Amino acid sequence: MGLDQLKRTGTESVVSSISPNWVTTRLDFLINWGRSNSLWPMPFGTACCAIEFMATAASRYDLARFGMERMSFSPRQADVLLCAGRVPFKLASVIRRIYDQMPQPKWVISMGACASTGGIFDNYAMVQGIDTVIPVDVYVPGCPPRPEGLLYGILMLQKKVRGETLADSSLRDEDELNSQGLRLPPSLVDELSEPFGNSIHQTRSG
Amino acid sequence: MNPTVQALRNKFQGAIGRAAVSCGDTIVYVKAANLSEVMVFLKEGPDQEYNYLVDITAVEYRDPERPLEMVYELFSLARRAQLRVKVELDKSEELVVDSLVPLWNGANWLEREVYDMFGVRFAGHPDLRRILMWETYAEGHPLRKDFPLRGRFSRAEQVRQALNANPEAHYSMEEISIAEAYHEIPAEMRERLARGERGKIAEPENS
Ligand code: SF4
Repeated sequence: MGLDQLKRTGTESVVSSISPNWVTTRLDFLINWGRSNSLWPMPFGTACCAIEFMATAASRYDLARFGMERMSFSPRQADVLLCAGRVPFKLASVIRRIYDQMPQPKWVISMGACASTGGIFDNYAMVQGIDTVIPVDVYVPGCPPRPEGLLYGILMLQKKVRGETLADSSLRDEDELNSQGLRLPPSLVDELSEPFGNSIHQTRSG
Repeated sequence: MNPTVQALRNKFQGAIGRAAVSCGDTIVYVKAANLSEVMVFLKEGPDQEYNYLVDITAVEYRDPERPLEMVYELFSLARRAQLRVKVELDKSEELVVDSLVPLWNGANWLEREVYDMFGVRFAGHPDLRRILMWETYAEGHPLRKDFPLRGRFSRAEQVRQALNANPEAHYSMEEISIAEAYHEIPAEMRERLARGERGKIAEPENS
């Protein structure tokens, strides 16, 4: 067993050595059912989107209906990193560290235009999409997304979790920075950060 | 117009430039060299008592000929009077004004912000270093008109620097000397911090 496999949980490395069959798919079903219905979010609320996230968690929309009633303010007890709001470069290393501190299995929801693409803040201070910093599972569009939108995103994440299989242990691989200190090739980061929509027309000085 | 302007003219004569009223607020221009004494007079002088420093900021106009302006917003709590003092700084020379920290402690962070965003230096400031951008930020001063909206480095380079920054490296010397990150910040920066010298950042090549 390689070091790589040792890092994964015991069950998964055993199961991943068996080919998918009736037993593993039943086991998958059971585990995924459990995981998808007890996603504990780590709220990373940085801006206005966080207000809408709080509304989603409050009584009217009631996140608890989907097994998320326990906000986890410690990354070590969280399953979902929910980034609600814009992330400036100064926070990039912070969100990265929080992500690294979360144990597997873990997922990320990027809530709102800013977290997903930089949104209206196409400027010198803002990360143009948190996917340049950490891997993202579900993007929720909107500025801010309505609680219904966020709930839909959460349901999509649950669906994604239900489709996972223990036989594929690569799902649990840690996302690591490459030799250049980025998680994506630099050209891809530049491409992802290209201005689009209205921000193309913003005045460039200098 | 606020009668303070006349009082200033009587006392400082040539050091006081033009004055104007805008939206009910009085604005008076003061020569950079006389800023400290004018401010002492405004804060402590008889019948002045502008004891509340509301804000310090700066303006750079799009017209490159126009000087950069420092803006000081004063308010007298006792007299309920407002006064805006402006200082013009010639952009072809070094941008320096006297620090107002000896007069108002609250000027400390306000001046750091102006330094961070505009690159104006404050003579006599006890801790002049960046406040919004991080200590090692090397792209320049973001609110200057010659600063490109999206910064000077490529996005990939910006993300690389951001990811490789230690989250604790934004702390002050007092905080950082007890933090784990202390041994990870560049040795040269540690030295500067230890000397109490802060916020000196190499200007990028093409500025
Ligand atoms: S997407 Fe809109 S609501 Fe959300 S953080 Fe950005 S500006 Fe605020």
